[in-house]
Amino acid sequence: MNEIELLNWVRGPGLNIAVAVFLLGTIWRLFEIYSLGRKKDLSAPRHAAGASGLHTVVRRSLPPPGMLKRSPVSYIGGYTFHIGLAIVVFFFAPHIVLIENLIGLSWPALPSQLIDLAAVVTMAAMVLMLVDRINKPVKRYLSTFEDYFTWAVTFLPVLTGYLAVKHLLLPYTAMLALHILSVEILLIVLPFTKLFHVFTLFASRWYNGNANAHKGVPV
Amino acid sequence: MSRRPTIAEHLARQGISRRAFLKFCAATASLMALPPGMAPAIAEALGKIRRPSVIWLSFQECTGCTESLTRSHSPTVESLIFDMISLDYHHTLMAASGEAAERAREEAMQEPGYLVLVDGSIPVKDGGIYSAIAGISNLQMLKDTVENAAAVVSIGTCAAYGGIPMANPNPTGAMGVQALMDQGLIARKPVINVPGCPPIPVVITGVLAHYLTFSEIPALDALGRPLNFYGDSIHDRCYRRPFYDQGKFAKTFDDEGARKGWCLFELGCKGPTTHNACATTKWNDGTSFPIESGHGCLGCSEPNFWDAGSFYKALSAPADPLTFAAGAVVAGAAVGVGMSFINRAKKSSAKSAHETATLKDLEK
Repeated sequence: MNEIELLNWVRGPGLNIAVAVFLLGTIWRLFEIYSLGRKKDLSAPRHAAGASGLHTVVRRSLPPPGMLKRSPVSYIGGYTFHIGLAIVVFFFAPHIVLIENLIGLSWPALPSQLIDLAAVVTMAAMVLMLVDRINKPVKRYLSTFEDYFTWAVTFLPVLTGYLAVKHLLLPYTAMLALHILSVEILLIVLPFTKLFHVFTLFASRWYNGNANAHKGVPV
Repeated sequence: MSRRPTIAEHLARQGISRRAFLKFCAATASLMALPPGMAPAIAEALGKIRRPSVIWLSFQECTGCTESLTRSHSPTVESLIFDMISLDYHHTLMAASGEAAERAREEAMQEPGYLVLVDGSIPVKDGGIYSAIAGISNLQMLKDTVENAAAVVSIGTCAAYGGIPMANPNPTGAMGVQALMDQGLIARKPVINVPGCPPIPVVITGVLAHYLTFSEIPALDALGRPLNFYGDSIHDRCYRRPFYDQGKFAKTFDDEGARKGWCLFELGCKGPTTHNACATTKWNDGTSFPIESGHGCLGCSEPNFWDAGSFYKALSAPADPLTFAAGAVVAGAAVGVGMSFINRAKKSSAKSAHETATLKDLEK
């Protein structure tokens, strides 16, 4: 299989399979998670200022007092790479074309120099966070294979995309094929790993906030 | 057989001046990205060598490659190249026909070391019966001719990679020359691929000039293409590239963006994955190339370009419709609902198996 054949495969059957697994897994897990239900809390609800689902959604998006100083890499790095990733994924012209083809929505693209910058910053932040995870004994102790695996499947699409655009390491066609392939791997593992937080993040925060608010505890 | 004249002798006999010859050599040097100082060296090299015999075999093709070559304005590089080689067999261009034509090929084959130029793919299915010349199948003719050849130049994407005849469902079992060698169906010889549908005339002649000048195969990429012509992608050499970088795209062929000459990526241009010299040498005496005329690149110098999805679909868009998506949504919902029933059953069985712990149990 030459590089053009690989590219044709990842653009055709490969994408078909990856999107199918992604949809199947996502809908399966959403159904399963939201149908779990919890026992009704029969105690009389208490009330406390700042205790509600919505409060928690907002509060957990900001570092608790003192934490920014204690763990700057986690907060600054985490925000940087999430925002950088969003810019690269949603504002690079070829990506918008793909989204338009899939769901019919489109919006203006950012100049590719800005995308380049965002990609480099994203990768730097991700590498920094990986080093921090390995360096800090507590973080390392808490880390499992899944943490490193999900880091890798998130990092690879950014790396291969950047290498493809910059014509580094491999010819563009081969690197583009690997880039699309890496995104397909990400799509396939997303519903079955912690990457599923893409869909559950705010719902789980709201759930925790709401359950604790019933007990009068702002979390 | 009489001694073949050197190229210099031949040109002198044709009435071509030394000055015209040197001019041609300078043009050739620049074409091959060599410094101008190489022109005399090229002249010397070309002057000394005997005009090599060239056998041009046309198989499953449309004659577009020959058309491309002959469309070159005259008298120029291209016509001079024809004076430098002895084109002993070429269906379209030779005067002889019928048995006399085949005899010319057989005679040229008497002296080993000739160059074989192939355009068109070779059908191999059902014993290669789908294309024959003078009662000889293409496969057989290529096999016989390649046996004593010095090298093979595959002109056009069909000869290089199978091209359109090989496109899905490939009813004739068409293959390119290199693939035939890889499968051991013909003798292995050095191969230069000059793909394109058709290839640019000066690229065809430039590759031949390189071979004649240096008596060696030029540096090739992984797909057997000379790097001096196929080293860069169309996208990287495209004059519309700044618009791509600025995110300015034509959305249709007649919108404002198209009129302003913005990037054609969204209209399906395959420039980023296509390696050829169109954006630099251009066509028709340097007039323009497809993107300059407002149409995206089709990717014709790449293998399987015909089966790479629609020409009008952006490179980053899915090549085929996502046929599994709807089924996957239904299956996902079914599995999710199934799992929720299993979870509920687990919960209720845990509930019914629940025993209240007493103080006694805790003291055990």
